[in-house]
Amino acid sequence: MILASLFDSLSVQHYLVLSTILFVIGVFGVLTRKNAIILLMCIELMLSSVNLLLVAFSTYFGDASGQLFVFFIMVVAAAEATVGLSILVLLYRNTRSVDVGFFNKLKG
Amino acid sequence: MSIETIFWILGALTIASALMVIISSHPVRSILYLIVTFFMISAHYVLMNAQFLAIVNIIVYAGAIMVLFLFVLMMLNLSKDKEPKSPLKMTAAAVIAGGSLLVVLVAAMRDAVLSPSNIISSTNQQGLVENLGKELFTTYVLPFEISSVLFISAIVGAVVLAKREKQLL
Repeated sequence: MILASLFDSLSVQHYLVLSTILFVIGVFGVLTRKNAIILLMCIELMLSSVNLLLVAFSTYFGDASGQLFVFFIMVVAAAEATVGLSILVLLYRNTRSVDVGFFNKLKG
Repeated sequence: MSIETIFWILGALTIASALMVIISSHPVRSILYLIVTFFMISAHYVLMNAQFLAIVNIIVYAGAIMVLFLFVLMMLNLSKDKEPKSPLKMTAAAVIAGGSLLVVLVAAMRDAVLSPSNIISSTNQQGLVENLGKELFTTYVLPFEISSVLFISAIVGAVVLAKREKQLL
């Protein structure tokens, strides 16, 4: 039982539970907040929780590939944050708002 | 102080600061709490002896990406009263959706079988810079080069999108 072994010595189950809780907090933030900047930050939080789990499994298996994949995830997260924020700046210049509820021009 | 005690303290601080990110009403406070979360995650990396990733996490995530968020936020000059609020039904639906996701993930983990020797040790050697570098520049050299192309495209895209157009007379 994975949850009963949380009280033994530190193992990969601890990081499974911690990463799941962080991911769900990120999902909750994405669904709740309407400020577009906070939305992008909650996506970064979700990516970080996956990074944490990848490093835990890389330590567990003794394989360095997990940590290198985290490196590439950070690359992609940096590029995505840059382009997302520049799109947001352009949207703010045109609509004077960062509320994602206003960006529904594509709606049928 | 045993490694489990350190893990429980760090884990509690990580979850607390992540919750404050989504609960704060002021956007600047959310960004600052997310910086604290990234520092806590770097501490977890140090606990697992992933030294390179701990430093890169602080430099790239907390030092570059979050500073970019802060600059954009200050440029947009948002304040607490202009912060958009979700209606209560939306928040309740988000709580139910997030809670169901947590329940499903925990149920999926319940029957997971991991071998008994799954102790996280803080003395393993994969996280050191030399071992990661050997792996990165031999097996993963192609993704490494392609990621530089990705960065160029992101930089060009950001400059093209955010440039102010010249005012016609």
